[in-house]
Formats: sequence, structure tokens, C-alpha cells
Amino acid sequence: MAAEAQTQRMALSFNLNGKPTALEVEPHVDLLRLLRETLGLTGAKRSCDLQVCGACTVLVDGRPVSSCTLLAFEVRGRDVVTIEGLRGEGLSGEGAHPLMRSFIDHAGFQCGYCTPGMILAAASLLDEEPSPTEARVREYLDGNICRCTGYKKIVESVLGAAGGEG
Amino acid sequence: MLRPFRLHEPTTVEEATSLLADLGDAARPYAGGTELLLVMKAGVLAYDHLVNVKTVAGLAGIELDAGVLRIGAAVTHRELESSAVLRERFALLASVERRVANVRVRNVGTLGGNLCFAEPHSDPGTALLLYDASVEVAGPSGRRTIAVEALASGPYETALADDELLTRIDVPELPAGMAGAYLKFGYHQRPTLGVGVAVRLSGGARPAIEDVRVALGSVSPRPLRLRDVEDRLRGCSTADAVALASGDAGDLAAAASEAVDDLHGSAEYKRHVTKVYLGRALEQAIEAALAAGPERGA
Repeated sequence: MAAEAQTQRMALSFNLNGKPTALEVEPHVDLLRLLRETLGLTGAKRSCDLQVCGACTVLVDGRPVSSCTLLAFEVRGRDVVTIEGLRGEGLSGEGAHPLMRSFIDHAGFQCGYCTPGMILAAASLLDEEPSPTEARVREYLDGNICRCTGYKKIVESVLGAAGGEG
Repeated sequence: MLRPFRLHEPTTVEEATSLLADLGDAARPYAGGTELLLVMKAGVLAYDHLVNVKTVAGLAGIELDAGVLRIGAAVTHRELESSAVLRERFALLASVERRVANVRVRNVGTLGGNLCFAEPHSDPGTALLLYDASVEVAGPSGRRTIAVEALASGPYETALADDELLTRIDVPELPAGMAGAYLKFGYHQRPTLGVGVAVRLSGGARPAIEDVRVALGSVSPRPLRLRDVEDRLRGCSTADAVALASGDAGDLAAAASEAVDDLHGSAEYKRHVTKVYLGRALEQAIEAALAAGPERGA
């Protein structure tokens, strides 16, 4: 290992939950580690570490990514939204996001470990497709795993937020 | 946890290949990282240097040029699945791209990276065989073209030299009247099997298979065109062809599959599902070609 490889630091500026954020980061640091260990945002979880389970989901420019396997420097100049920053209508409004309300109303979580990822992925879907079918919700969320296997309630929660029936 | 590495961000193809030539085995091109970073995290592969493909000019974008889709090496699966030209004129490839991994991987991972990583349990490389696709590769001494069929030389191995960079994927349209289906099967995140069949049918009340392409992947160490199976099916009536897929054409496919034992099942099991899915894919390809009717026999 070249010594220089351990000391490369890159300037990183991005919008985090709507706030301009600037810091330095080594290229091998993944976005999840930066969020949890440097920036104190622990809503996204490290679980499978393989991009399979979705517990580390965050939104980059409105689209879900696995922050466990996305190098942090990749978000330079981009908008990152974590569950802590998801608010109101759309991805940047005020107040509790309708999906959060709907997950509570439909009992859409049990242990809660997958919930931030589920809600963020669903927010991205509803942003693109405001009225998805149940099949489309299941297809879009098939990369988000719920260990409690509470998928029925999760799908109902997403459809509830989509239809506004709460 | 990833070990530290040095990141290089070249802006031209020449700069990138020069870096790769200088750094040799210690470096690897890096695009989406959705495959590469996993094996680096696991400690299976270690690189002191990564060369970012996404900062290189000219590797973005999708263009249709005289019937050939030119896909830049840095184009993500999401860009492909949401491309209007793909949906309209490369429907089969679009349907495969829509089902790669999950939405998060598709947002970050690139088709070029997928092909260069040569993970056997993957679909795009198999689907591209149906199109007779090729890739453009740049090296210190210039550019060359490699057929996708010759790109993967084995599991995680390609025909690219250490100092070569995949710059573009060229996908010709299917011939007029040809339509197809791609089926995948599996119970893990990655597919156990992928089978693609494209057919062009003759006109008339009892259509026959004028031309056919068959591709198989995931059960084998690399994607395969099954030309013996194609030869067996070509010229048959559609009804005979479907029967053959469950008979000796299916046996030919199973024998040619190069199936290996792994976590997804035994070779014997994979040969069985190869035969089953060949029949299903052929039936769906025939349906698709019949639905594409107007051009048939023209």
C-alpha cells in the first residue's frame, strides 16, 4: 500500500437534507459511513453491506441508492436526502411526509429497521409515479427487505399515501 | 470495510489508458462500483488505485446511429431502462435492463462495468448476444472492437488487457420482423438462469421459424450463443419448434450449457431448468413475433 493512498483527501460539497455541506473525505469512505459516523445521521443502517437489503437506502438527486456501497465523494454537487430530511409534500416541503403518516396509520413497520429505506424508496417511486399499482409498488420495493416479513402492511402504507386515503 | 486506495480522475480516454498502463495490476477502472466495491470490501480483490471512468469525456449518453445503439461506457442501467429509444426499438434489452438487480443498483451501476466485471450470474451480457452486440475498447495503441460473445473469457475474466478501457457498447437493432423474449429464474438476488430467444417467422397460416437466435447465461461460466440449438430450430414450424424445445433441441441446449455446480444448484439441476426455460422462452418469442405481425414475411 502506497503511503500516499492513505492520505488522499478530496473536497466534497453537496446538499444534505437541503443544507449546503462541505467537508473533506478520503476516496474509500462510503456514503453510509460518512452519514452515520461523521455527520451523525443514523437513520440509514448498515445491514447486508451488499446492496441487497435496502436498509442503507438514501436518495441522491431524488433516486434511491445503497449508501453502503456508494463512495461518499460521488455525491459532490448533488442533493442527498436521508430519512431525517424527508419532509412534507414531495422531497423538500415542510412537516411530516405523507408516507410517514401512512406508515403509522397502516402499522407499516414492526421492528423498524427497514423502515427508513422503505419510506425513502417509496418516496422516490411516488415522486416519479404518483399513483402506482400494487404490482408496481411490489416491483419497485423488491430490493428492500423486511426481516419481520411485514410486506402486506408496507405495501398498504405506500398505496395509502399514494391514494391519499390514509 | 474498504481499504484505502488512491482515486484517479482522468478526463480523456488517452489519459485513462495511460494511467492503466503505468499502474498495471495495482489499478482497476471504476464506474458505478456496484460489483467492484463488493469484492474489494470482501477482500477478494485489492487495488491501490481506482481510475474513475465517469470523469472521462465522451463516455456518457445513448445514441441511435444508423440502426446501431451506441451506449457510452458510463451509462447506468437506469438511463437505459428509462430511455425512449430503448423502449421503442430495443424492447427486449429494455425489459432485461428493467429487471437488473434492484432499483438502487440500477441507479448507480453501468452496463459497461457490468460487462467488464463478467459476473456469470448476470443478464445484460446474455441479452446482448441476441443483438450480435460488440464493444469498443481503447488501449495505449488505439481502439479495437470485440464482439460481446468474445468479451467474457470466463467467470470475472474478459478479453480486455489491463491497460484497456471499454469505451462504448454497440447494439445493432434486431433484423426486421424479429422479436423475442428473455426469461430469468432464480431464488437469490442474482439469477440462477437467463435464457433469451429471438425469432423471425415466415408468413402464412402455418408460420415457420425463418431465423432464430438463442442465448443462455448464469448457468454457465460466461454467456453463450447456442448455435447448435438455433440450427436445429431454424426452418421448423412454430408448433414443431416448441415440441423440439422439450425434446432434442432442449437436450442440445442442456448439453451445450457448460453448467457448473455452485450455490444456485447442481449442474444437473441447471441443465434441467435450461431445457424447461428454453421451451418457455421460445413460446413467448413466437408470441412476440406474431404480435409484431405486419413486418412478418415482408
